Amino acid sequence: MKFGVVQFPGSTCDYDCFYALNDVLKVDVEYIWHKQTNLEGYDGIFLPGGFTYGDYLRVGAIARFSPVMSAVIDYATAGGLVLGICNGFQILTEAGLLPGALMRNNSLHFICKYGYLRVENNQTPYTNSCKGGQVLKIPIAHGDGNYYIDDHGLSKLIKNNQIIFRYCEKNGEITSRANPNGALYNIAGLCNKEGNVLGMMPHPERCMEDCLGSSNGKYIFNSVLNFCKERLSKIEKSFKI
Amino acid sequence: MKSFNQEKFWKKWNLTLEEYEKIKEYLQREPNEVELGMYSVMWSEHCSYKNSKPLLKLFPNSAEWVLQGPGENAGIIDIGDDQVIAMKIESHNHPSAIEPFQGAATGIGGIVRDIFAMGARPIALLDSLRFGDFNNSQTKYLYKGVIDGISFYGNCIGVPTVGGETVFSSSYQENILVNVMCVGYAKKNEILRAVARGEGNSVILIGAKTGRDGIGGASFASAELDESSDEDRPAVQIGDPFSEKLLIEACLELRGLDYVIGLQDCGAAGLTSSLCEMASRGDGGLDIELSKVPKREEGMNPFEIMLSESQERMIVVVKKGKEEEIKKIFDKWGLDSAVIGRVTNDRKFRVRDKGEIVADIPAKSLAEGAPVCRRKGKKPDILDSVNQLDLSKIPQPDDYNQVLLQLLGSPNIINKEKIYEHYDYMVRNNTILPPGDDAAVLRIKGTKKAIALTTDGNGRYCYLDPLMGGKIAVAEAARNLSCKGALPRAVTDCLNFGNPEKETIYWQLEEAIKGISEACRVLQTPVISGNVSLYNESKEEAIYPTPVIGMVGIIEDYNHICSMEFKNYNDLIVLLGKNKEELGGSEYLKVIHNLEKGIPPQIDLLKEQAVQNVCREAIKKELVSSAHDCSEGGLAIALAESCIKGEKGAKIEIEDKIRSDALLFGESQSRIIISLNPKNLSSLQEIADKYQVPLLVLGSVEGEELNINWLISIKVDQLEKVWKGTK
Repeated sequence: MKFGVVQFPGSTCDYDCFYALNDVLKVDVEYIWHKQTNLEGYDGIFLPGGFTYGDYLRVGAIARFSPVMSAVIDYATAGGLVLGICNGFQILTEAGLLPGALMRNNSLHFICKYGYLRVENNQTPYTNSCKGGQVLKIPIAHGDGNYYIDDHGLSKLIKNNQIIFRYCEKNGEITSRANPNGALYNIAGLCNKEGNVLGMMPHPERCMEDCLGSSNGKYIFNSVLNFCKERLSKIEKSFKI
Repeated sequence: MKSFNQEKFWKKWNLTLEEYEKIKEYLQREPNEVELGMYSVMWSEHCSYKNSKPLLKLFPNSAEWVLQGPGENAGIIDIGDDQVIAMKIESHNHPSAIEPFQGAATGIGGIVRDIFAMGARPIALLDSLRFGDFNNSQTKYLYKGVIDGISFYGNCIGVPTVGGETVFSSSYQENILVNVMCVGYAKKNEILRAVARGEGNSVILIGAKTGRDGIGGASFASAELDESSDEDRPAVQIGDPFSEKLLIEACLELRGLDYVIGLQDCGAAGLTSSLCEMASRGDGGLDIELSKVPKREEGMNPFEIMLSESQERMIVVVKKGKEEEIKKIFDKWGLDSAVIGRVTNDRKFRVRDKGEIVADIPAKSLAEGAPVCRRKGKKPDILDSVNQLDLSKIPQPDDYNQVLLQLLGSPNIINKEKIYEHYDYMVRNNTILPPGDDAAVLRIKGTKKAIALTTDGNGRYCYLDPLMGGKIAVAEAARNLSCKGALPRAVTDCLNFGNPEKETIYWQLEEAIKGISEACRVLQTPVISGNVSLYNESKEEAIYPTPVIGMVGIIEDYNHICSMEFKNYNDLIVLLGKNKEELGGSEYLKVIHNLEKGIPPQIDLLKEQAVQNVCREAIKKELVSSAHDCSEGGLAIALAESCIKGEKGAKIEIEDKIRSDALLFGESQSRIIISLNPKNLSSLQEIADKYQVPLLVLGSVEGEELNINWLISIKVDQLEKVWKGTK
């Protein structure tokens, strides 16, 4: 199993993503420079957080045109796993791999704090180790996490179970008080219709160890590992027939 | 070379006649316009420290664990396992007062460059901010701009802002203070230095293009502010954190390359200072060709190019022939790199424009030749009466609950989460103890070690008695670290004072430096770097003398750190240290009685050290649940904070003959509140006895209210609402 963490000019959480995979979970991971266009051999691709291209023009708007992104789009279209975290999520919406848009927080300023997410759908490669409705303690740190989609888009997301994480209270209740940025329907993370591309504003790579405040990030990363292991063993089995 | 009528010119650039004569002596002729500009910025107070140099010599700078003291871009200490920590604090007061957003942002840019210029990766930022009266609209404008600027720059470069302080006092109404500290990490063999040596070696300018921003910024920072200061806006630099982030990554790739001779950042006084300092340290000279400097504006003349303070630029000196290797690294990161000159052996700093010499100066004269000003200080006459505080004339409160709540909600004590949530304090996954505690704690990956960081200062104490205030600033910083279980190791200081040409200000500077020096010696925290910011005054009013102490401490095992909140019901709450009847200079006296009088609390540095020793040893032996020091607002505030954060009440009973308001809100030094499992009390007592530190059982963690004697009885919920401003 091998994973890749894309590095754009201005990525800052690339290091943390790499550390989560390499040092905490001890799996094979490489950095993918934004000019690289060959994504063969990766079981999953991570687009980490940061301020790619200084957030010039619009968050994620320029990174979306990096050489690596056309390869990421092909990879995702072919069914590959792509997880975009924070700025990575913003890039995915700019690239059209996820619907909707991330706008400025309703408070108009950056917010860094620990919060709670409710798992709305545990049937994805990113949440298979969670119970439905499970509450995870995961931090946020962003200035543009206010997710928006039109009414029609929202009803499609709900109908297709594409909403994966929602901001909630410690006890799982969805409230406006628990919503740090004004995101529609308290949406913190969602996936594409096929379920292989996930974008989330909170940072699971920052809470892989209790000493940092929470190790709930492991639920998401381990889900990815579970999914990949199963997929690999299915492939192996199919070769034996 | 051109020469012309200089008279108006040298006055305009804040040079004295004596300095002008000295320049002529060094050059053996009259300086031209470019040379005059270069001397004027290099000999400004900000760059040359001409007023403070003789006093700064008093600081203890060395210890076995200090690898680099003052004299380089940042100080460095050895933390074992071949690992080092680099640290420096710097001020950006004058620019922030005129243009708060960019002033604060570029303040961060500058200090971060000082750290990675040493080959250390920047891993933490702390900011110590002081504004005027909280309710003033100008204050609000400046405060918002500064917070936004720090958020904008710090977050974008991916360096966590993990601590700091925000203080409001009318003393800073016209002259705000923005001090930023940066801490970096490196392996010992990765350290770089800012030196140019080896005849024929290449001098390369990397990073952003050079424009006209910030010209003369160093001179601007070395003069008082007045109504016309707004016209100095061009002297405020503009920052681009995206470029800085690329610069950080590219420069860190220079480590370990044997052909890299030196790395230096371009900060105050731009190319002039970076180049002459590198030449001066290397004992050599430089020959620079300005037409090779990448520019983003047309028609820039030599003066402008040499003095531009365009941000996000560095100078690297490499072995001749290795220029292409450097270009490869910087091309990868999308940054310019241009060979702009070479190292010579004639000790001259020679600048050419299209071959023609436009400046030719002995390098050392520029970097080190400013005539030092020897001044005499004089205690302000008014201080004798200000120091008089007749407690019998201060009525004790009728309603202690009301006083506690008022203090808890006052600007200098209220919870600062609304500020620090603007800053990403988690990026890089090292933050074990986030902002909001006595000190921030960051782990060192790959080891069991951690470092604790804090900035501390108290302008009011220093105004009332700068010698005592200086000692307390250091002691308080060390105490904050010890409370988290860290052994204080080194100091970086930022001295913010008024106009040193005035005897009373010079006296403040001298006394404060003496106090800081003594405390650093006793507590064994040498000053490894720092910054002096003078001329913080306008309309004849200087700010309170405000030395800010940045300090780093080491924790051997990050499982042995101690946060401030009460953790377990039935834990005992004990006080290490002694309560005294001291109200002078306290927040209580100011907030409740509107007085800034008396003498500050008196500190005995040996007793302080003993209290800190007990605390650290107890934490190491896993005897304590929580530790929190007494500072602004005194014992009652410290207890309230530990209750609020722990979401638990406390029942406290103290018998003492001193007045109750002094007992609850006085700011006597060397006191730490510890909560612990009752079974550990005798072990703690043993350690306290060993160091001869008084230990007093105050009460225990119980219930949902804070009860102190018969004076205080408030639900923790209510304390929280007031402290978080969510009433």
